[in-house]
Amino acid sequence: MSFRTYNEVAGEDRSQLGEQVGAQRQRVRDRLRTVKHVIAVMSGKGGVGKSYVTAGLALALAERDYRVGVLDADLSSPTVARMLDAGGPLRIDGEGVHPARAGSGMRDAAATGVPAFRLPLPSSLVVFSSDLLLADGAPLKWKEPGTEQFIWRSVLETGALREFLSDVAWGELDALLIDLPPGSDKLADLAQLVPELTGAIAVTIPSEESRRSVERAMRSAISAGVKLLGVIENMSGYECAGCGRIDRLFEGNAGDSLTAEFGVPLLARLPFRASVSLRPPELDDAIIAAIISSIALPSPSAV
Amino acid sequence: MKFLCIECDAQMQFEERQVPGDGTFAAAFRCPTCNRAIALLANPMETQLVGSLGVKIGGRTLEEEPMELVRSTVIGRDDAFEDIQPAQTTNRPRWTAEARERLERVPGFVRGMVKKIYSEYAAEHGIAEITPEVMDVARTDLGLEGM
Repeated sequence: MSFRTYNEVAGEDRSQLGEQVGAQRQRVRDRLRTVKHVIAVMSGKGGVGKSYVTAGLALALAERDYRVGVLDADLSSPTVARMLDAGGPLRIDGEGVHPARAGSGMRDAAATGVPAFRLPLPSSLVVFSSDLLLADGAPLKWKEPGTEQFIWRSVLETGALREFLSDVAWGELDALLIDLPPGSDKLADLAQLVPELTGAIAVTIPSEESRRSVERAMRSAISAGVKLLGVIENMSGYECAGCGRIDRLFEGNAGDSLTAEFGVPLLARLPFRASVSLRPPELDDAIIAAIISSIALPSPSAV
Repeated sequence: MKFLCIECDAQMQFEERQVPGDGTFAAAFRCPTCNRAIALLANPMETQLVGSLGVKIGGRTLEEEPMELVRSTVIGRDDAFEDIQPAQTTNRPRWTAEARERLERVPGFVRGMVKKIYSEYAAEHGIAEITPEVMDVARTDLGLEGM
C-alpha cells in the first residue's frame, strides 16, 4: 500500500497541537510582562526550609516597599500560603484568577492551629498556591482515570504550574518568587516555561548530605541555562530561645563550600529557631541590600 | 494530526468532536472527495494524555477559561474560586467544565449558535455560571429539546 505521509500532505493540521502549546507559552510570557524579576528558590534536598526562606525573603522585600508575589510551585506539599496567612476564595474576573493577599487569613487556620508569620503582613504581598485550592489536610488528587496516573501526572503538574503562571493576575510586580519543590528537574521545567527567569537562589543546610544534593541541583540549573544568584544557608546553627546563643546544629559547611565551588555569594545564614512566628532577623537591611544587588532589582521608586 | 483518505489521496476534513462523558473522546473526519466519514475513538488514557497537555484535538472551538486545566482536573474544595465576572466586569457567564464538555458534544457547525443562546439565557436570568442543570432548564424554557 502506498500513501502520503504527514509532511507530504500539504493541507492544514486543524488540531494544531504545536500551535496550541505555543499559545500556552505565549500566555505565560504575556502575563509576566508586568513582572520585573522572576526568581526561583530551589534546593535539591527536601526539608531544608525553602518555603520558610521564600516567605521570609518575600516579607523582607515587601516591607521595603517592593511589590512581591510568591508562587508556591510545590503542588503536593504546599506551605507558603499558610506561612503568609493567605486565604481564599480566589476571585476570578476578566483579568484571570486573582492571587490571595498575605494576611487575608487561611480559612482553616483556626482548626489546625498551624502558625503563620504573626506579623502585620503587607497586603501588597500576593500569594498563589495549590493550598488555596484544596480542602484542609486533603492531598492533591487528580480526576479520573485513576489508574496509571504516573504516566501523565508530571504532565499535569507542569500544566498546573503553567496555569499558575499564566492565569493568575499577578499585576505589576518587582519580583515574583517561586518556591520550587525538592528535586533538580523542576527548575528545568520552570526555565522552559519562563525563559526570562532572572535566576535561582539555592537553599541548603550546613550538612554534607545537603551540600551534595544542592550541588547537583545547582549543576542542573547551570545545564538549564539558569543564572545562580547565590546561596542561603538555613538552619545554620540553633538559637537558644532562652539566652539567644547560637550553637552548632549540623556538622558541615555547605554554604561556604557551595559558594566557593560555584563562585556565587552566600546571601545569608539563618539559624534554626523553635518558632517561625517571627521573620528571620538576619534578613536585615544589609543582607536584603546584598540580595537586591545580586538580582539587580531596581529600587521601588524606580519601577 | 491529519487523516488521509487513501483511496482518494485526499486529506479528510475535521467534522466534529464528541466528549461522551465516560472519559473517552471521539472526533469525526470526512473525505471531501468520496464523502466517507471516519471516527477517531480515543480510550480514557489517550484522552487523558491529550487533556493533560491542555490542548484540544481538532483545534479550540471555545475560548480558554482561566485555569481551565486545574479546575477540570484537580479535586479541590468546591468554594476555592469566586467568580465575579458576570456581575462586576462583563455580562459574560462562566461555563463549568461539565457544561463545556456538554457543549463540545454539539455538532461544530451549530456550536457557536448554541453557546450564544445559552449565554444570552443566562445573562437575561442573572445566572453567573452555566452548568448542565442550567442548560437543561434553559432547553425546556426555550423549547430547544435536542440541543
